[in-house]
Parts: sequence; C-alpha cells; structure tokens
Amino acid sequence: MTDQRADDAALGETGSIIDLGMPVPGGAFDEHHPPDAALIGDCVHCGFCLPTCPTYVLWGEEMDSPRGRIYLMKEGLEGEPMSDSMVSHWDACLGCMACVTACPSGVQYDTLIEQTRAQVERRHERSTKDKALRGLVFSLFPYPKRLRLLRGPLRAMQATGLDRALRRTGLLDKLSPQLAAMESLAPRLGKPEKLPTHIAARGERRAVVGLLTGCVQGAFFPGVNAATARVLQAEGCDVVVPRSQGCCGALSVHNGREPEAQDFARRLVDSFEGSGVEYVVVNAAGCGSTMKEYADLLADDPSYAERAKAFAERVRDVSEILDELGPVAPRHPLELSIAYHDACHLAHAQGVRAQPRRLLEAIPGLELKEIAEGELCCGSAGIYNVVNPEPARELGDRKAANIVATGAQVLVTANPGCLMQVTSAIARSDHPMGMAHTVEVLDASIRGVPASSLLPD
Amino acid sequence: MDEAVAAVAAVEAVTRRARELLPADAVVTDRARLRTYECDGLAHYRVTPALVVLPRDAAQLAGVVRACAEHQVPYVARGAGTGLSGGALPHAEGVLVVTSQMRAITDMRPEDQRAVVEPGVINLDVTRAATPHGYYYAPDPSSQQICSIGGNVAENSGGAHCLKYGFTTNHVVGADFVTPQGETVALGGIAPDSPGYDLLGAVVGSEGTLGIVTSATVRLVRLPEEVRTVLVGFESTDHAGAATSAIIAAGIVPAAIEMMDALAIEAAEAAVHCNYPEGAGAVLVIELDGAAVEVEQEYAEVERLCHENGSFEQRLATDPVDRALIWKGRKSAFAAVGRISPDYIVQDGVIPRTALPEVLKAIADLSGDSGVRVANVFHAGDGNLHPLVLFDDSVDGAGEAAEKVSGAILDLCIEHGGSITGEHGVGMDKSKYMPRMYNDDDLDTMQLVRCAFDPDNISNPGKVFPTPRLCGEVPGRKKGAPPLQEAGLAEVF
Repeated sequence: MTDQRADDAALGETGSIIDLGMPVPGGAFDEHHPPDAALIGDCVHCGFCLPTCPTYVLWGEEMDSPRGRIYLMKEGLEGEPMSDSMVSHWDACLGCMACVTACPSGVQYDTLIEQTRAQVERRHERSTKDKALRGLVFSLFPYPKRLRLLRGPLRAMQATGLDRALRRTGLLDKLSPQLAAMESLAPRLGKPEKLPTHIAARGERRAVVGLLTGCVQGAFFPGVNAATARVLQAEGCDVVVPRSQGCCGALSVHNGREPEAQDFARRLVDSFEGSGVEYVVVNAAGCGSTMKEYADLLADDPSYAERAKAFAERVRDVSEILDELGPVAPRHPLELSIAYHDACHLAHAQGVRAQPRRLLEAIPGLELKEIAEGELCCGSAGIYNVVNPEPARELGDRKAANIVATGAQVLVTANPGCLMQVTSAIARSDHPMGMAHTVEVLDASIRGVPASSLLPD
Repeated sequence: MDEAVAAVAAVEAVTRRARELLPADAVVTDRARLRTYECDGLAHYRVTPALVVLPRDAAQLAGVVRACAEHQVPYVARGAGTGLSGGALPHAEGVLVVTSQMRAITDMRPEDQRAVVEPGVINLDVTRAATPHGYYYAPDPSSQQICSIGGNVAENSGGAHCLKYGFTTNHVVGADFVTPQGETVALGGIAPDSPGYDLLGAVVGSEGTLGIVTSATVRLVRLPEEVRTVLVGFESTDHAGAATSAIIAAGIVPAAIEMMDALAIEAAEAAVHCNYPEGAGAVLVIELDGAAVEVEQEYAEVERLCHENGSFEQRLATDPVDRALIWKGRKSAFAAVGRISPDYIVQDGVIPRTALPEVLKAIADLSGDSGVRVANVFHAGDGNLHPLVLFDDSVDGAGEAAEKVSGAILDLCIEHGGSITGEHGVGMDKSKYMPRMYNDDDLDTMQLVRCAFDPDNISNPGKVFPTPRLCGEVPGRKKGAPPLQEAGLAEVF
C-alpha cells in the first residue's frame, strides 16, 4: 500500500473532484451564495456535455465547455483568484442549458452559472466599455416604456431606409461591433396593438389566465401578444392583462444582476396577485423559465418567499396551457411547411418540446420539419448576441444553414430573442422565409387567414 | 533543483516555438485555463500541465512534437478527455497536445467503405456523416457522442457492438502518425492489410506511448437491413448470464448483448427514465442485426432461449425511439451512477464468458464483506465487465476501501484467465496491475518495442508500464547495448 501511496504522490493530487464546503478566502468567491460545492461535486467529468455546448462546438476548448466552466468554479472555490480569463469563459457561456439536458449525472449547471454570474457582477471590475454597454442594455431592455419610445425613431429609420444606409457605411461596426449587432437585430416594426386589460373567453369559459406582455415581446413583437390573446380567447380562456406589470427580470437573472432581478420579480408577483388568474401565461421562453424559478430567486426574502412559490407554480408557457386544455376552436387548413426551432429556454430549461409540435401538427395541411443540430443554441441567448456578437453570429449562421436545409417555408419559434437572431441570420443567408411565433400560426389557422400571410412579402 | 530549472527552461523554449507555429489562442499558459486540463474522464488523478497546445492541423502538431524532442520535454496527447484510465493525465513538466480542434472528416468514400478523419473527430460524427450513404462506423464506446477517434485509436476502444464487429483495431486500416522525433509517417494504407510488420497494429492501443495519430483511415460498415433490439428482464444476473451463454452456444452472434444488474438499473432509471422492467435483478439488452430473414430467425431463437433461462419480461423495441431509449439507459449508465453515489470507480476487466456466474458471485461476496456497493454493467457477450465501485470520498477511508475492492475485482479477472482491461486501457490507473498479468520478461519485451519508437521516453511517459525503464537501461540479465548495435550493424531508432 505504501508503494501505491508513493505512486499517487507522483501523480499529484488525488481524491474526489471537490471536497470543499466554503470558498477559500482570497479566491474568486465570497460567502454570499458562491457556486455550490456540492453541486460542483456532482460533476463526474464524463464530458457528455461537451458536444451540446455551443462554445465547445465552436472552439473545441475545455475552458469553454460546461465541464471546464465548472472546473473553473471549483478552482475559484479552492482559492484561485477571479481573473479576467476566468470571467471571460463564464461570460462566453450562452446559458442555453443544453448541457443540463445532456448531463447523465444531473448536474445543475443552471444554478451554478447563475450563482457564479452574481458573484462576477459583484466582485469583478469590468472594462469601462463593457460596463457602458451593459449599462445601456439594462437601462433599456427591461423597461417596456423606454423600448416603446425607441419604436418611433426605429420605424422612421426603417421607413426612410436610413437603417440600411447606416449599415452600409459600416460606421457602427467601427465604433462598436456590439452596437452594430444591436441595431442589426431590430426587427421590422409593424403597427403597435394595445391589448385591453380584460378579454372574455369565447364560448364556454375553461380557464382564467393572466398574460405576461413582456418587454421586447411587447415592444418589438406586439403582434405575438395580440395573437396569444386571440388564441387563448378562442380556446375558452378569460385573459387578464394587468397594466401594472413590468419586466420579469429574466435578462437580469441570466446576467448575474441579482438584486435588480429580485426587484422585478417582486413587482411582477404583486401585479398578478389578486387578479384572480389560475395561470400566468407566457409566450417568451426566457421569461417563462425565469418565472418558474421565482421561488429560488426570492427564497431569502421572508415576505415574498411563499408568494413567489405560489406564483411560480401557476406559470405556463402558452404552448403548455393550450396543449393541456386541448383544442376546442376549429382549425382551418394552412398549406405550409414549417421548421420548428426549439428555444433553449423552452426545450432545455423548461422541458417543453412535444407540446408546441403537437399543436402545430394538429393544423390540417401543415407539414412540420425538424432542424438538424436542433439542440444547439442559435446564439441569441438573452443579451448574448449584443455583448458577444462574434460567436453569436457564427452560431446564428450555423443555425440559419440548418434551417434553410429543411426547405421549410416558415420558421417557427417561441422566443423573441431567437426570432430576432434567426431573422437576421436568415437575412444574411439570402434565403428569404417567413418568421412566426407558434401562436401566430395557431391564430392564422383558427381565424382562417390564408397561409400567404405568414410568408415573406 | 537544477533539473527543475532546466525543465522549466525547456518548456519555455517549447512555448516560444509553439507561439511561432500556432495561433495565439491555441497556446495556453494561463494557470486557471491550464488547470481545466488537469484530468480526463478519470477525475481523481490530477496534474496541471506546464503548457497546453491546441494545434489546428498535423503540421502544427508535428512542429510542437519536434520542439519537444529537441528540448527533451515530455508530451501527452489528449482528445475529448473522456478516457477512464487516466491515459491523458498531463505531465507536470510537459506539454498537453489537445487534438479537439483537428476535427475535419477529410474524405468520405462510401464506394470504398472508407473515411479519412482527423483525430479530434467525434466517434458518432463519423457515423452521422456515413449514414446518408448507407454506412456507419461500428466501434461504439458508450461515450461515442463525445469521445474522439484519436483517443479511440490510442485506447483501441471497444463498445457494445464489438462482440460482432470487433474493436477499433479491426476498423482502422491506415494512419498518419507523428513519431516522438516529430517525423510524420504513414502506417497501413487503404487496403485491408499491409505487408511487413504490422506497425499500425502496434500503434493502435498503445495509449499514446509510441506517438500521435494525426489522421486515421477507418473502415465503414454497411447499415444492416434489419435491427431488432430487445430488452429482457431476469430475476438475477445468474439467469441473465446463463441466457447469454445459451445464445452464444446456439451459434448466434448478436450485434450486442449487454447486461446491467439491479443497482445499475436503478442509476440509469434515475438519470434517463429508461423504463426498464420493474423488479428486475438483471436486464439484458440484446441487439440482432443483419439480413431481415436472418434476424427474424435469430430473434425467435433468442426469445426462446431467454424464456428457457428464466426471463420474466421481454420487450422488443418497435421503432427507433424505443430502441434509442433502451440504449440510452445502457449508454448513460456510468455517468448515471453519479445519481446514486457521490463518487465511484469505473472498473474494466475481462473474464471468459463461462466464468460469469462464478465471478459475479465472488464480486457480490467482496461487496458484502467490505460493505462497498458494486453496480455491474457489462458487455456480457464478450465477458467484458464494468463493475462500478461506489463510495463517498468525504467519508474517511471510503476511497481506500473502494480502491481495494476494485483491485480485488481485477485479481478475480486474472485468476479466471481474463485481463485487467477490456477497453478502457491501462493508462495511469492500472499500470500497477501490469506485473500481475505479465512477468518481467513480458514487460521488458514491451519496453523494447517502446524504445524502438520512443528512445527518449517523452511520449506519454509514466503510463501503461509500472516502472518505466529508460531505453538506455537494457532490460533483463544482459548488460550493455544490444550486440548488433554494439557491432555498429544496427541502431536503435
């Protein structure tokens, strides 16, 4: 046995991957919710997460894989200081959670990366430029009113062709690739549709639901909210749209801005409490996944912990609730071939894959096509495509190529971020196709709108 | 101390050369980044490498190896880092050469049943690329979705379907190979066999100790006309083992016969909800493939033999989704054990199939006596056992107790005329067991082969062999250089 000990000493360190409780002082993390050592210990280093990780697929480097990022967390707990290089690898994570789906050991990477990001935001000094960009994003995106103010100038630019002219100059690219990315993602804006606060069910009432109108969804894709309300109404739901609602905090949670996220969450809980709704329906995957985890987000707040839990239990993606209720409104045929893109925060984070497919396949005449490498993120990932435009663009182009290869006429997905990202990637690929949210397709079928309405002009 | 200083200087020299040869982001020296490469799939051995390089092509890789040779710096090759014997454990004063960015399938020639791939290509991606042409790549380690061909070649990897189709060595016909001197040579070819010494055969399974493969020409196998996968529940591993022997004795060679015991089933169930028969003490996953008429007939026979040997449930996968779920349970079993135990050792040993009931009984006794839980997953068809020895490292002495049971299992394999590894390789983990299988003469002979390729002992040193002898030290009783060399008639290359 002593020989073996000597052998082991020559090997360097042995033993389980981590056996620490609390972070070592001087290391990357402090004691306020550091990445959980026990959760890190769940990782057996098998590598099954690697091929599903977008950054590993792009770069093939250990430190840009879930396994490597968890290893960096372990290093941080063991006393390795929070260096720029460490942070750059955590920042490069899209938070798509494909690794959580792939992991046979059940490692809760989602929790670990959120804990890590909150520490990074508190403890890491970002560059002035990075801070300014993040400041701009977070003073804009989570505020529906500010986003709506932006609509006017954007529409004017699009109507006059100024946006295309600006893009041609490459001026923004030179000033900041991140700002250029933000500009190129802005969708073509239609007329805003404002929803009433109460919409009565058509026919027999089967449920009373609240509708989250969201920030980006509401400002840039008001048609999706309108379609959601019409479909819910047609399927027998009373729809309540509280005016007081604001941002759900998803973007903040996913970027480690914990206190800001908690404020948003508390306000949203307040808005829907007392509205008498059985469910809170969400049509944006990123928002839904965050709202389902409010119990964790507000666990430390005694006055909200219980209420957050009750709220989270009522949250449903719109495809979940429609699938659960089953169709009552008759469907008109839509002669269309559709490629359905799984939004990461719907498929990986919420496990919602079958429901939207079932709803779409039930439409007469509609043909559903699967996209190769479907588990791979499109590169949108919240604000990722704004702060990390290069990898996001590569992933977007890869996704666009796989989508185009299906030969489908319309791309359908259930998240505004994906929709913007894929739209701009498809535009670059020069294979024009229609873009729609799942509920817009259902709405067209229920209303008997011709299939051509979903196709590009 | 001087030696340590010299080693640092040598690594610095290689680093400078690597920076000239490789893109900036392909040369890793930052400590936090280096540490993410400390271990492969066997995470309880960890060494921080002095330098990590990620070459984009064979020329870059060969250039780094040449620099290593020039400065006498040890190097270790690593693919996806999924190995389970610590074969890619880095060297503290050496370079880790990572092939994960050399991942192009450079040629796909279904008409010749051949594909040419770089070492970083993921095993399953070869099959994905070949499937549209009606072919696939047969060796399928459980980690096929992530492990790379380079690692497969180094370890001579097997997998569930090796029972019928053979191991990696049966599917690699040629390779470009970088010697420890940094020279690139072609081994084998496109033809099924090359005249002369089978140097390719020596390289496949050499665990990176002879050099690094930078391109492999692999054989593609025609997709079978019919595949039937059946999941069979038994009361005990004895019954399942008897059924396995009966099937082989009947002259049937299934594509795979896999066994899992109750504990392994519990883990897989927790991880992937594979819905295996409830209350089973063991399950067999049997896959038959080939011409439809043949499969039909064999299936009837298998069904009967399982029934005669006490199966209580047989479930035939009727579509690809069912089949995938059955396999998912089996293929995720190793990692899934993480759900039922904080730490575990994946053991890998081989026994004659007929000794299965006896050895399993002995393993159960070992487990009972020591209180260390052992889950069993194995390729029953070819007697390749994968006992999973469970422990909790936060409990004092638990690691040692598990290590002891794990070692005793290997002793059992050797006693029954088997081997200390079926497919995971010797690596770092099992070098200490080599003397139990081989005598000194055997080991010395293997050293001579190694010295012929790597006289300076810089290619993955310290792996496979327990006490690595320097090539200057001539093994055995003879002293001095070999007579032919002494006479100036030959030289060690």
